[in-house]
Amino acid sequence: MAIFEFLSFDDPGTQIVTIGTVILGAVASIIGCFTFLQKRALIGDAISHSVLPGICLAFILSGTKNPYYMLIGAFISGWLSVILSDWITRTSKIKADTSIAIVLSFFFAIGMMMLSIIQHSGNVNQAGLHHFLFGKAAAIIKEDVVMFLYVAAIALVIIIVYFRAFKLYIFDIEFAKSIGLPVKWLDFLLTTLAVLAIALGIRAVGVVMMSALLIGPAAAASFWTGNLKKMLLISAIVGSLAGFFGAMISYMRPQMPTGPWIIIVLSVIAFTSIVMGTEKGVLHKWRKRQAFKNKVLRENILKIFYHLGENQEDFLQPRTLQELIERRAYNKNEILKGLNQLKSKHWVDQTESNHWALTKQGNIESAKLIRLHRLWEVYLSEHLNIAADHVHDDAEAIEHILTPKLQARLESVLKGRTTDPHDKAIPNLNKMDK
Amino acid sequence: MGINSKRIIEVHDLTISYHKKPALWNVDFDLPEGKIIGIIGPNGAGKSTLLKAIMGLLPMASGYIKIYDQPLEEIRNKVSYVPQRGSVDWDFPANVREVVTMGLYKQQKWYERTSQKDKENVESALEKVGMLPFANRHISQLSGGQQQRVFLARAMAQNADLYLMDEPFAGVDASTESSILDLLGAMRDEGKTIVVVHHDLQTAKDYFDHIVLLNTRLIAVGPTNEVLTPQHLQDAYGGKLTLLQEVGELLQKENIPTREG
Amino acid sequence: MNGFWIILVGSLVACSCALLGAFLILRRMAMVGDAIAHAVLPGIVIAFLISGSRASLPVLIGAAITGMLTTVLIELLNKKGGLQEDASIGISFTFLFAIGVILISAFTGHVDLDQDCVLNGQIDYLPLDIGSIVFLGQSIPRSVWTILPTFLIILGFVGIGFKGLRLTTFDNEFAAAIGVNVALLHYLLMGAVSLTTVVSFEAVGAILVVAFLVIPPSAAYLVTHKLKPMLVLSCVIGILSAVGGYYLAVFLDSSTAACMAVVSGLIFFSIFVFGKIKSVFN
Repeated sequence: MAIFEFLSFDDPGTQIVTIGTVILGAVASIIGCFTFLQKRALIGDAISHSVLPGICLAFILSGTKNPYYMLIGAFISGWLSVILSDWITRTSKIKADTSIAIVLSFFFAIGMMMLSIIQHSGNVNQAGLHHFLFGKAAAIIKEDVVMFLYVAAIALVIIIVYFRAFKLYIFDIEFAKSIGLPVKWLDFLLTTLAVLAIALGIRAVGVVMMSALLIGPAAAASFWTGNLKKMLLISAIVGSLAGFFGAMISYMRPQMPTGPWIIIVLSVIAFTSIVMGTEKGVLHKWRKRQAFKNKVLRENILKIFYHLGENQEDFLQPRTLQELIERRAYNKNEILKGLNQLKSKHWVDQTESNHWALTKQGNIESAKLIRLHRLWEVYLSEHLNIAADHVHDDAEAIEHILTPKLQARLESVLKGRTTDPHDKAIPNLNKMDK
Repeated sequence: MGINSKRIIEVHDLTISYHKKPALWNVDFDLPEGKIIGIIGPNGAGKSTLLKAIMGLLPMASGYIKIYDQPLEEIRNKVSYVPQRGSVDWDFPANVREVVTMGLYKQQKWYERTSQKDKENVESALEKVGMLPFANRHISQLSGGQQQRVFLARAMAQNADLYLMDEPFAGVDASTESSILDLLGAMRDEGKTIVVVHHDLQTAKDYFDHIVLLNTRLIAVGPTNEVLTPQHLQDAYGGKLTLLQEVGELLQKENIPTREG
Repeated sequence: MNGFWIILVGSLVACSCALLGAFLILRRMAMVGDAIAHAVLPGIVIAFLISGSRASLPVLIGAAITGMLTTVLIELLNKKGGLQEDASIGISFTFLFAIGVILISAFTGHVDLDQDCVLNGQIDYLPLDIGSIVFLGQSIPRSVWTILPTFLIILGFVGIGFKGLRLTTFDNEFAAAIGVNVALLHYLLMGAVSLTTVVSFEAVGAILVVAFLVIPPSAAYLVTHKLKPMLVLSCVIGILSAVGGYYLAVFLDSSTAACMAVVSGLIFFSIFVFGKIKSVFN
């Protein structure tokens, strides 16, 4: 099987290709985090398309595919595209996204024009130049990897030295200015890094899709952590994984371009992270909402007990399921679910098969909630002049979310109140026997 | 509300969330017809949000809004809207007359050329705001005050009964400000109702007949002299609402729906 | 005669793109146009594999569906997923484009599509088009029969929708407030862009079509102050690029589509720099 042959790394060429793609995947992803956080994904796309004419020109002038000439050519035309799009936006009524699109398509067209001329010229060295379009990891040789290492080292040194400055600059540019950080220099460095990352990455990914290697890992990482250092680490892992996979595909299917496969792997990881991520993933948010719904359910059941107890002046008396359901628009299953949750907290006891009662602790909890609800109603009606018949719904929402700190504030604002706007007593927790 | 004036807008228990944070919370009031009405409140109080909600531009978390006791859809051609001047790109390739004519879009069919009546409408709207001499000027060459007049003219060309204006006095020169005010007065005298979002408390008492004082909640509503009392202003501007604002931020941070759902 | 057909197809592509691109740039949606242009590729390839012919109705439908899918995917990642907008755009279209390129590579040999065709289009091979149709004694390349109706559809759409497009582009909020169906117009415009991209794809490839969408209208925008003249001038610049590009390609022995895009860029930068010089002297 080709996959086992690849994984055995018997072939020295395979080792080099794999090392090369892993390095460039990791470096591009680390730099990409900054591009992502600066919300400059689209300028990244412009740069990656724009390096093509630089590469072609480097080839035309040197006549070889020396990686250093290619890098220099790519670097210059990549930077030029940033300067040009910035110049158009700054000095005319054309907006940023349009000027990015103009520069992107213009540079790419020049690149395609040159590439076509080179291909028609019959130069024997040109074979393989078109791999820069969609990438071909298998074409990476030892010389390239040495260059990757140099560039990676330079990039890492810059990131380590300027880490705190970059962080400040990205999160709050105004603050960075105010404390005298050289923001123009930082911006220059970050753009330079992005151009470098792209110039490196096109060997494996190609100019057409390189921007995704810059952005994808960072986007994925942002769903797992809010911490910048961890984000850099996670996206480096994601990027090197994608690079590794690209090398494998390139070995197994030599006729396939690697870029698209790397991008597919990255996209799948990114989509998975968006759903599963523990920082702000869709599933995580959904669970949080469910937990909140359960909390609201439990608290509403506690309040039903309190209201029943208030009417009959006996808070601890067992209630039937029927009694509980009558008070609120919950169905039987929901009430049972809530009661079982309360039971495991020891706030409610099941006295008989169909009878449930508050425990002492449960009674205190229910009184706390009612107190909060009624205090909020007082606050709304007295401090915000809201009519008494409009305050209940609002208090229904607020009672579940108020933090102890805010509750203390509310208590101090409304010191000494004993009745709510509907003339019902506000429970006094100090008078309750624990 | 005066005995003679009919109810034109009814806002009932309106709550609107913006990025999970409540921008308007349980707001409930009626507004009378034939008056210049100011919506006043500090920054971030939800003034523009209220206006956009009345225009049906924002989803409501709860409540409803009626105009002449009907839902907006039934009566849209009687209502006109003047957005904030800064909400559009003034480099757009159009001249003053074209922008004002855009106000008549709903009245025109795509295959019809602008009719003589519409043209007269546009000319008279331009005349009223004093922009007729600039009718052929490109909109990027206008001053802030002139841009505002163009927006007013576009709304006036619609011949609506109710005008909702978002910060028409923001960033305009003094002469424009007083001429806009004269214009609003003339419109009221024709029986139109004008609702204006306004940020300057100093001028509010001279400009408006009736005021809605907001700070996320409704603080007070009524004739100007009844609303602009020290007590109400203290309630709206005096930091007394910090508790409420903190609750709002909590809701946003915890990503919790404002209403149980 | 060969040159004539290439210039004609190039001009029709340029004009269709210019008419829509003008609205895209004014709506600040240039990059969405870029995204759609990339993302229609898998739709084209799949429909092509099924139907076995390029530029047929199934291909149009397949591509239009993926074009729409892109906007949906971007919205989904952005609104439901909570991913920032620029990254949502960046990831959606590269993902779809990658699928398209893989499909093409996997089926090379089975289908009459290759990587070069994705990037450069087929305009150079137009005269060799086997499906040529004879009309009035003249053999007319098949491409003309797809691009001409597309151009007429776009012209009709922009003509009929002119007032609505102008209003929603200038002030979407006001348009919504007076009861215009802004969402409908938005999706019609996106649909028109998808259609044009697909049809143009055959001639000029997936990426260079962005140049046709964005560059001529931007050049026209710099020198006009009203929308109608801007649209007309965009088309004129597009046609000039097609003509100039054809001769440049012949001169350099290079890709015609790329040369047409390069010429449009040169026209843009000439106008831009000329404007700068003029303002220095004034």
